[in-house]
Order: sequence, then structure tokens, then C-alpha cells
Amino acid sequence: MTQTTLPSAAAGRRFAPSRAASFLVVGLLLALLLVFFVLPVIWLLLAPSKTAGQVVQDNPFSFGSFRQIGAAWRHLFAFQDGAMVTWLRNSAIYSGGSLILTLVVSVPAGYALALTKFRGRKTLLMITLVTMIMPQATLVLPVFLELNRFHLIGTIWSVILPFSFYPFGVYLVYIYFGSSLPKDLLSAARIDGCTEWQLFSRIALPLAKPVVALVAFFSFVGNWNNFFLPYLVLPNSEQFPVQVGLNQLLTSTPSFNPVAGAGLNITIPELALAIIVAILPVLVLFLFSQRTLVSGMLAGATKE
Amino acid sequence: MTLLETERVAVSPLRRGITPRRRGRGLAGYLFVAGYAVLLLAFGIFPTGYSFYLALTNDQGQFTGLNQFLKVAQDYRFVPAFTNMLIYLVLWLVTLVVLVVLVAVVLRSRVRPSTSALFRFLYYIPGALAGVASVLVWLFMLDPDVSPVSWMLKSLGLQTFAAVLSPGNLPLILMLIAFWTGAGGWMVVMYGALNNIPDEVLEAARMDGAGPWRTAWHIQIPMIRQWIVYMTIMAFATGTQLFVEPQLLQTASLGRVSPTWSPNQLAYVYAFQQGDFNGAAAISVFLLALGLLAAGLLVARSNLFKLDEK
Repeated sequence: MTQTTLPSAAAGRRFAPSRAASFLVVGLLLALLLVFFVLPVIWLLLAPSKTAGQVVQDNPFSFGSFRQIGAAWRHLFAFQDGAMVTWLRNSAIYSGGSLILTLVVSVPAGYALALTKFRGRKTLLMITLVTMIMPQATLVLPVFLELNRFHLIGTIWSVILPFSFYPFGVYLVYIYFGSSLPKDLLSAARIDGCTEWQLFSRIALPLAKPVVALVAFFSFVGNWNNFFLPYLVLPNSEQFPVQVGLNQLLTSTPSFNPVAGAGLNITIPELALAIIVAILPVLVLFLFSQRTLVSGMLAGATKE
Repeated sequence: MTLLETERVAVSPLRRGITPRRRGRGLAGYLFVAGYAVLLLAFGIFPTGYSFYLALTNDQGQFTGLNQFLKVAQDYRFVPAFTNMLIYLVLWLVTLVVLVVLVAVVLRSRVRPSTSALFRFLYYIPGALAGVASVLVWLFMLDPDVSPVSWMLKSLGLQTFAAVLSPGNLPLILMLIAFWTGAGGWMVVMYGALNNIPDEVLEAARMDGAGPWRTAWHIQIPMIRQWIVYMTIMAFATGTQLFVEPQLLQTASLGRVSPTWSPNQLAYVYAFQQGDFNGAAAISVFLLALGLLAAGLLVARSNLFKLDEK
């Protein structure tokens, strides 16, 4: 924590003893939280390099061997004849498919809400806001009951379509266009004879890149990590996304389920590797997206 | 998600007033929102309405008034599930608000910008492990046989995994998991909000002789108050929906944790084990009401969500 210093403007002032005390408090707080947030991640990254026995007995932050990572990899991907690959592919299809649908649907909708006039616009905006703030999980059971009523359980659409309903995305686009695209510009183009479609496709859409990236990020991350809905609506292992697959692995490992897991190769290192593989796409996105997150959460309010 | 004071490109009211309303403009608007409106109807409004319908009828489709609500509320698992949720919520919200605000203030005004950026980044990384992955990681962290901090667990008198997963510890465990995955993101957001406070304001406070802690308490925190409220309500709403975490802990605990620990799990058991969709819908309606209440409060009472420039 030695690099934790006060900003130079405040340094060199009076109150030296209290400064030392608050310096200590600040350093301690940040260090403890650092340990809390980072240690589990480091442990997770190191676990697959060891055997199950080593994980328990060795120093928890030691590195085993690359050979062992290979072994864990083989065990994991041999589980139920490569179920892991199927799950990852399913996750990609579900999150990718709904990402495309989300963009196709929410970019025009946000644009229309911000820059066109039609009856019911305000109502639609209000409903969008409310559904956006309500946690997604609130609607999962109702959506399940609905899909069940219409016998859509177990189809890929029972995941992709609900995932594509993304009011937060619409709201982000609405805010973006509302604050970055002057209505005057559109009025002028309209007077010049542009059709409504041309206004959208030639003027608005080319400007929309930043908000498309933002919506894509939030939608993909949210859907990739979603567990509740697919857990309810997809009964077969071949249809599981990787999150539900992880749950299946958990119930099959002798580490947590001595009864069901007898004779299986899925132990702690394999499970840790499965976690890493499952979150890798999201982790990669996260590594490059802190700025995106801030701008999304503060939508337009950030000081440049 | 929202805006503090988005600088909308000013359009003079006069100009807006005389914008010609052309034929077809309204129609274009409808076409642009059509796809979204269909999804909203199918997966927002219809399921909500259908849940209400199921909750007010029985499995024969006969109207039964509030009987389903009474039935689930009298279920011996109902009160414990909501109590568990409540204990968890209090623990989680207090920890979240205190630590997130404190850390954001510290990172904003007590630490060099580059150091601050590094810390924000490291705190926020576990957010990538939201959902099942985070629960699995914490199963390892909390299993005294495996955990890298088993000495700490053992010194707390927790010798076995079973002892760790005793029902009384569950709110704390769920709080740890939620904090681990969620707090970093909120710290980034809160830091962004603090960053929006003009430097002149802070400079003025410094001139008046306020130290960093006093500036934080009297100026910075009041100025980001609405963001704190926003975070609290969002975290509350999400917290009422607990499902994945207790469900997985239940699996890993080999039945020591109740399968109906949270209200959503109880609804799940109603639907999937008892085949009672009406009862499940009734519990869903309780949870929907909580979510709607939180959302309504935020929309109506805060000015975070700018509905229109008019």
C-alpha cells in the first residue's frame, strides 16, 4: 500500500498526526478489500494446475504443473462425452442469438422513443422504465408459466426470445439519441425530403456505434451468466447453457456429492477449470470494459 | 443507466412548436417500436397478467379470489422464506452502502488517480463471475478442507463444511457472494458519480478549511445522495429475487440447507415439485409487487430517470 498517497494539493498541510492515522485507515481498508476481491480469483486460476490432493494439502497459492492442467482439461471435456463443449456452444447460441435480436429490436425502438412522435409514446417509455428497474428474475417464473401454457418449454426460443426482451437496452438507446442527435438536424433533413427510414438508416444508425457496443456488452454478459430461466425451461442436458451445466457438474462431483459422484473424474481441479472456461468470454469482455460500464451506468453524465 | 444532468442539445421551444407534423410520422414511430412492443407484450406484460390470472384462479380455471394468496401465506415455509430474505437484505444493504460509499470516496480523494484506477479495476473483476460461477468459487472458499483461508474458518470454530453451511450462516454467506460479485461495479459507478462533482466545489471546501473526511461527509456524499438511493433500491429489488445462490448452496450442502430458503425457491418448489402453478403464481405476484414497488418508487420519486425534455 506504499503507493497510496494523498493528492499533492492536499499534502504538506497541517494536521500531521491525524493525517498519518487516516493514511493508515485508508491503506488498511483498501488492502483488506483487495485481498477479499482478488484472492479467490487467484486461487481459482491456480487450482486446475494441481491434483485434488495437492489442492487440499499444498500451499493454496502454489502452482502445480502444466501437465496437470492438461489432465484436468481431458477429464473435464470427457465428462458425459464432451457435454462441456455442447453447453458452451449452447451458451454462445443463446447469448449470441438474443444479442442480435436485442439490437435489431431495441435500436429502432430507442430511436423512435427519443426522436419521433406517436400516440402512446410516453406510456411505452414509462412501462419500459418500470420493467427495466424490476429485477429480471421477477419475470422468470411468470414467463415459465406462460411458455408452459403455450407448450414452448424445451425449445431454444423459450430462452432466446425472453432474453431478447431487454428494456434497459431500449432505454440506453433512447438516452443516447435523445442527448446526441439534435432534433433540428432531423427536421432539416425531413424538409430536404428524407423519408423516416432514411433519417434512421443514414443519420441515426451511423451515429449509434457507441451505444450499440454498450447494449451489446450488457446484454451479452447478462445472458451468458443467466441461470434461472434456462434452468426452468430447458429440461435436457444437451440443451443446457454452460451455467446450468456447471450446476450439473456440481451435482456430479464427489467433492460435494459423495453419493452421485462415485468413480467420476470431476474433482476440485476439474470444477475450477470448468468455472474458468465458463466465464472466460465474460472475463475477457470485462477486462476491456470498465469505461463502458461507467458510461453505461451514468449514461451521458460522465465528465469527459 | 441513467443520467445526472445530461446536456441535451438545446432545441428552442419555439422551433419545436412549429415543427411540421407530417403525415406518416406517427406511423414511422409505430413501425420502429413494433418489434420491441411485441417482445414487451409477450415477455413483460402478458406473463405479469397471466400470473395474476393464475393467482386468482384454481387449477380448474375457476375464480377463487384471494384463496391462493391465503394458501401460500399459510404455508409453513412461507414466513421463514420471507424472513430469511429480509435478514439477508438488511445485512447486504447495510454492508453495500457503507463500504461502497466509503471506498468510492477514498478512491476519489485519498489516492493517486492511477492507483485508484488499478484498485477499481481489481475490485470489479469478480463481477465477471456473477451467477453460478461465484457460488462455486465460494463453496471452495468456505470449505475448511479446501479453503486457502481454512485457518481463519477454523479459528472461528468452523471445522467442517457442514458447520459453515449451518442455516444461521446463510445470510452472511449470501452477502459475501453478492458483495464479491456486485460491489466492485457499484464502486465504479459511485466513483463516476463523485467524479461529476465540479472541482471548484471541492476546492472551495478546501479553502474553507475542510479536511478530506469532512468534505466527504458534508459535500461529496450529499451530492451523490440520489445515486446511493438508486443503488439501494436496485440492490433491494435484486435481493428479493434470490434463487441461484441458495439453490446451489442447498445442492452442495446435501440437504442441510432448506430447499425453500428464499421465496423464489418456494415458488419453484410449488411449480416443479408440487405441480401447483396457481400457488407458484401467487408467490410470484408477491415478488412482482415488491419489484414494482421498488421500480415505481425510483421512477416517481427520484429525478434520475429523465423521461422527457419537456
